[in-house]
Amino acid sequence: MKKITTALATGVVALSPLAAMADSSDPIVIPIHNWSSQIVMSNVVGQIFEEMGNSVEYVTTDSQAVYESVRLGDVTLELEVWEGAFGASFRAALEKGGIVDVGDHDAVTREDWWYPMWTKDACPGLPDWKALNDCAAVFATAETGDKGRYLDGPVDWLKHGKERVEALGMNFEVINAGSAAALWAEIGAAEADKRPVVVFNWTPNFAEAVWPGEFVEFPEWVDGCDKDPAVGPNPDALYDCGNPATGYLKKAAWEGMEAKWPDAYAVLTRISFTNPQIAEMAKLVDVDEMEPDEAAEAWLEANEDIWRPWLDG
Amino acid sequence: MTATTTEAATTAPALPRKTLGLAMIGLAVAMTLLHYVGLLPAWLHRLPEAIIPPFATWLDAIFNFVKDDLGLLALTRLLTDGLEVVLDATANLLFGKRRWPNIGPIPWSAIAAMAAVVGYYLGGWRMALLAGGTFVWTAMIGQWDIAMQTMSVLVVAAPLAFVIGLVLGITAWKSPSFDAVLRPVLAVLQTLPFFTYLLPAVIFFKVGPTAGAVATTVYAIPPMILMTTLGLQKVSPEVVEAGKMSGCTRWQMLRHVYIPAARTEILVGVNQVIMLCLAMVVLTAFIGMPGLGAKLLAMMGSFKIGRSFEIGVTIVLLAVTLDRMSKAWVVKLPEHFERGTPFWIRHKFLLMAIGAFVGFTLIAQFVPILSEVGRKQSWSQGKEIDTLIKNFLAIDLVQSITNSIRYVLNIWVLNPLRDFMLSIPTVAFVLLVSAAALLVAGRREAVLAAVFFGLVALTGWWDRSVITLYSVLAAVSIALLLGVPIGIVAARKEKTANAVLLACDTAQTFPSFIYLIPAIMLFGITATSVVMSILIFSMVPLVRYTIEGLRNVPDEMTEAADMSGATRMQKLWNVQLPLALPTMAVGFNQAIMFAFFMVIIAAFIGTQDLGQELQRTLAGTDLGKNFVLGICVTLMALTFDMVIMKWADDKKARLGLN
Repeated sequence: MKKITTALATGVVALSPLAAMADSSDPIVIPIHNWSSQIVMSNVVGQIFEEMGNSVEYVTTDSQAVYESVRLGDVTLELEVWEGAFGASFRAALEKGGIVDVGDHDAVTREDWWYPMWTKDACPGLPDWKALNDCAAVFATAETGDKGRYLDGPVDWLKHGKERVEALGMNFEVINAGSAAALWAEIGAAEADKRPVVVFNWTPNFAEAVWPGEFVEFPEWVDGCDKDPAVGPNPDALYDCGNPATGYLKKAAWEGMEAKWPDAYAVLTRISFTNPQIAEMAKLVDVDEMEPDEAAEAWLEANEDIWRPWLDG
Repeated sequence: MTATTTEAATTAPALPRKTLGLAMIGLAVAMTLLHYVGLLPAWLHRLPEAIIPPFATWLDAIFNFVKDDLGLLALTRLLTDGLEVVLDATANLLFGKRRWPNIGPIPWSAIAAMAAVVGYYLGGWRMALLAGGTFVWTAMIGQWDIAMQTMSVLVVAAPLAFVIGLVLGITAWKSPSFDAVLRPVLAVLQTLPFFTYLLPAVIFFKVGPTAGAVATTVYAIPPMILMTTLGLQKVSPEVVEAGKMSGCTRWQMLRHVYIPAARTEILVGVNQVIMLCLAMVVLTAFIGMPGLGAKLLAMMGSFKIGRSFEIGVTIVLLAVTLDRMSKAWVVKLPEHFERGTPFWIRHKFLLMAIGAFVGFTLIAQFVPILSEVGRKQSWSQGKEIDTLIKNFLAIDLVQSITNSIRYVLNIWVLNPLRDFMLSIPTVAFVLLVSAAALLVAGRREAVLAAVFFGLVALTGWWDRSVITLYSVLAAVSIALLLGVPIGIVAARKEKTANAVLLACDTAQTFPSFIYLIPAIMLFGITATSVVMSILIFSMVPLVRYTIEGLRNVPDEMTEAADMSGATRMQKLWNVQLPLALPTMAVGFNQAIMFAFFMVIIAAFIGTQDLGQELQRTLAGTDLGKNFVLGICVTLMALTFDMVIMKWADDKKARLGLN
């Protein structure tokens, strides 16, 4: 019933002369991926667009392949371009043309070696990386012998865990998980008997709410650490620093969006979420067990003071 | 070294199979030993990079030529638009997407009621309960919308696969030369890893439901073609004679004689189409197909085991319902009515279904819960299941058992086996495979096996292929040790056999992704997890065919054994098992095919095999590489398929079965 009312309301808004804006009546296609904050954020923005009288559709896509789809106009925009994870795909698409950078969110992103809090009991010197290296034995498994085991992200995320271990002379063996789900399963299994683990993780992420934890502090990121061996503590090796602690979180759009939906595009340029806001969105789904569209509704209701100003410009 | 090989090859016809096979094995062992002591030239151990042809680049060039220069992309994008209209219409009806004809969504209660009536028509009260119950469960658990998103694509993909499969099947039956071309293509299609279907689907048919529908259709077509051709070939000459005598035209012959006579096989094909469509539900989520699969992946990505488990149950229920209903349709004979029977009697079930549908649609307008079950009204027990799993894992006994299994398997079995297989020189490996094919099957198979594995070596993905093969072999070996005894025990009593077969059906339709999480939680991100998740999946056909094989041993044989005073063990070992062996071999073959399918999915645990590379290509537009990797899997799978099936056929012929 509620759906019908919303549909009617949107219909009325679309027909009324006040809302007779220049935006095309074709649906704005918003891609959704497989992590909660992105899904809820997409729904939030989608509902804002609907509020403006646009029609919106959601498609599920791969988070790397999406940039190719944005370029072709198959999907209209992308709300979470992570510097670390998707920077490369985004830049590649930017070079080919067809996609535009619509600015950054306030939120910063970070991805690095991470451990759940209970790990600190077994290795009190954390989060310092040298302390981590000293208790490598705590992280050893049957397969790694006396070396510690670090569970890196999937190989195709190109996180350079192996290179860092070598560059910093760490007593760790790097194992690649095959998917994010595999990382969570590993943490979840470790939680059962509070086994110390160190894995790849990132923020903002639902995991922070489920398992409190901290990033390992590596030598601070310096520009060029991944290109120039001289940069960083080891003069002969690349990747001898931690990842940037404040990576960007961008919005991207199809080149044709500005012409086809000028108002929606203008709003998109103003949209900017902060880390706590993103965490809140993810929490609504991951902890409160709401469906993404309900979570978006709830968030919009509770935070009108934040998003209203974006509409008025 | 090469001199010996060519010599052996040229003198081959004179040598008996066994001697030649053993000689080849000897040669391979000698080469491996030489490699161990460091005397084997490096180029015999692994093919030098320089001679590996850039297949991927060539393929990319061909793809680009076909795609852009020949205008295939423009054509497929045109087809995409047409397909999209159809998908939008079903999407509107089933979950209310705002598109033409703008009348949906149909209330869930109307669909459930209609399903129950159809179930009653096909299989009585039990089927009605299953069909209606499945849809009620889906709505009550709060998954109606996503389930309908999935169905909106399946109701297009399955009929499409049926029609295309039927037409191609008829063509293949009419024209032997077309059949000859089609068969190898089908064999390749059936063994090609699904990732290789997905990437072209995205490139040519746009990310989203259209690509999902196309990939699903392509995946589901092969068995439809095979079953159609098989059915038509089996039509008895008497029936054909009768049709000819009554003066049928060619079209009438096909429509009124051949197709009705081949009804059973064609309907079995329909059943297969439905099952394969459901198998793709989760996999197509990678290319933007909405619905149950996408939700499942999202749930797994945020570590909600309970909720993903519930989605798995929905998929199984849908699969079992559709499977049982289509099977009931196979055995249900067409009803014939006397001339002059009124319309409402002839079509009473049709009218009942329409009545139930309209009735519930109307009632639902006034009783909202019959039209939509809200999130807070649903019965989802996701959190409770999560707690249950966590508590189970925290039990010390569970921990110590899984830890010791993990330790023994990884340290003593799997890792050494992998290292050993990788240590065999490529040429020796190909020789070994070929020799095995020669000993088990025949000369033709031996040559083809050598060619297939030789091609794998030439692609330059040898190490990853060997790791893939190692996971498959390790898992299938363990599956043999467990599955065959289970099958033997289950086959003793009809009741246990049926229960075990039902468990097999469930295990097979349960989305394989869900197996990955418990496997990791129990065994960590290690080879053991990979092997365990493959194991569950590939044990199914082994158990099933062992039961089938033992059941189908002719009664005369077992009676003869009883009369000659054989004990139960003697009867089993000397009579039943030898006679069941060819059927069990078919099960073994399927187990290997399933394992090749699952090993690719296991890439999501974390492997270093072909699956991992395939997964990586999915994010890009690397069609050439994607295809080369897929073909490596196919070539290895085809080798096993060919050798085992030849052996089973020979054995059957010798035992006088068939």
